[in-house]
Amino acid sequence: MIMYITKRAMQVMVNSLLTMLFISCLACTQDEQNEEDVIKDPAPVRIDLPSNFPPVVYDLGSNPVTQEGIELGKKIFYDTRLSRNNTISCGFCHQQQTAFTHHGHDVSHGIDDKLGRRNSLPIQNLLFYKTFFWDGGVHNLDLVALNAITNAVEMDENVPHILAKLENDAAYKKMFKAAFKSEEITSTKFLQALSQFLATMISANSTYDMYIRKERGVTLSESELKGLELFKQKCAGCHATDLFTDQTYRNNGFSSPADLGRDSGREEITLNPEDRGKFKVPSLRNVEYTAPYMHNGKLQTLEEVLNFYSSGVHETPTLDSLLRSEEKPGIQLTATEKQNIIAFLKTLTDEQYVGDRKFSEF
Amino acid sequence: MKTIYLINIILLSFLMMSCSDDDVTPGEKGSIVIEFDNRVGNTNLELYKDYINTNGETFNLTKLHYYISNIELRDINGKAFKVPQDSSYFLILEDDPESQKVRINNIPSGSYNEVTFTIGVDSLRSTMDISKRTGVLDPAQPQDGMYWSWNSGYIFFKMEGISPSAPADQENKFYYHIGGFGGYNSPTLNNIRKATISMGSARAEVKSGKVPQLHLHVDILQFFTPSITIAEHPNVMFADFSKTISANYVNMFKYDHVHN
Repeated sequence: MIMYITKRAMQVMVNSLLTMLFISCLACTQDEQNEEDVIKDPAPVRIDLPSNFPPVVYDLGSNPVTQEGIELGKKIFYDTRLSRNNTISCGFCHQQQTAFTHHGHDVSHGIDDKLGRRNSLPIQNLLFYKTFFWDGGVHNLDLVALNAITNAVEMDENVPHILAKLENDAAYKKMFKAAFKSEEITSTKFLQALSQFLATMISANSTYDMYIRKERGVTLSESELKGLELFKQKCAGCHATDLFTDQTYRNNGFSSPADLGRDSGREEITLNPEDRGKFKVPSLRNVEYTAPYMHNGKLQTLEEVLNFYSSGVHETPTLDSLLRSEEKPGIQLTATEKQNIIAFLKTLTDEQYVGDRKFSEF
Repeated sequence: MKTIYLINIILLSFLMMSCSDDDVTPGEKGSIVIEFDNRVGNTNLELYKDYINTNGETFNLTKLHYYISNIELRDINGKAFKVPQDSSYFLILEDDPESQKVRINNIPSGSYNEVTFTIGVDSLRSTMDISKRTGVLDPAQPQDGMYWSWNSGYIFFKMEGISPSAPADQENKFYYHIGGFGGYNSPTLNNIRKATISMGSARAEVKSGKVPQLHLHVDILQFFTPSITIAEHPNVMFADFSKTISANYVNMFKYDHVHN
């Protein structure tokens, strides 16, 4: 039988369909209907990417940065409730005046005065990184904080506990609602807010940056320019791009054979013996402020660092090929060359970054 | 008008269905429950109770957790049904009986006689954006520590207990935390293991109105067989030897029976 539907019947049908759709929508979205106050959309923030930097790695599309999200992330960054006994915040080991590293501590100093194995890394330009930490064990910015939170000698806490603490705080509920349009506090939002704040932490206004981008007529001194040339010849093989790291893992010869037994670096992540003693090439931005140096924080000054490269490199099996030579391993440098390189390295200092109130606790 | 009435009823039932996951279209789809019954040989596993493993070592378990994911069912004609990826991750906890019954809905009706699943979490999901990893997969809310935050990745299988064969200086405790999805940008440990369980001549009859219960035995003794001793390997975590362990534990899963 062929079904014949009159115009009138069609109209009735369409009407009832619309009615039912409406009812069903109501049924499925009761919560939204009950909301009395209309929640404002958080204000999008455009991240200005420095023209001399490599491409962004973090997927900003998955976590659009907003003013409210940044504010929430900053509050989380400086909140000691992230640690088991409410004493350690992210900002405790990552202090702004030293480019968000832990000045005066060779290895990180965490909860109950416990010490870690490695030197806390500066927080800057994290948007551009493929992996995090000295061994690259963490592969997404959103997961970075979990490492410090759960580490027994850093914060020794877990996110469910932290969220329970934050839920008792009306200010947080308000901020979560402003940033994510719902006051429900979830681990995803907690981590995303933190990432939003970290995403804004870009250091790209050093003397060098302005020189290279030809801004404000900034020039480098003769010594700095000589240092830059030397740097290009002797250091940029690893400290490449304007991030000043090629983000690879290398054994720079700092570890003695005995040190390798204590901390085998990247090998702990890959279980590959060829990675023994390799650590991520660190950025040199703000290096004037990020002492102590090396993965275990054993060197205090840039002079010590260059002296190490010229005369202290250990020749272990995984030593990087760029540091091998027929005579002795390392980088051959005269005293004057060292001075010029240090003069250049100091042009990577970004005073604006270490003083920017946007990132400071108070 | 009768036709319109009929159409409305159909539309209404369709719309009601859209609000709920559990309802199935009559005659087309059904559900199944797969039960993971942790055992020691022929007896039901109880935490804190002493058993003897295949190497003659006395042990008890204080914790047994593992991920089951990417479940696929195969019917007697060889036709496969893949559980949609977003709803195919389960964490089995020995101390939570509800977690041991994995319910799968919206399966095309049919006679099924094989199930395949991964013990662990696939590499794709392991590296997805955190907003796509909630519930049992939330890296920030690890269910009793099923995530390595220092080496981003899930612990697929966690078994802890006490045995006189384990070192006295760690209070006779042993720890097996097995994971590794193959590495994000450098190849490393891969312990993703797949088990395929045949039901032999038995069938799980999936149809509307009935929920067959597929009962799997998960025999802890297989973990130690062949030749993994607590004495020699009391702690295995992110290390090459874990591959030997995952090669063993993939054999723990066996078909036992089905209730139709």
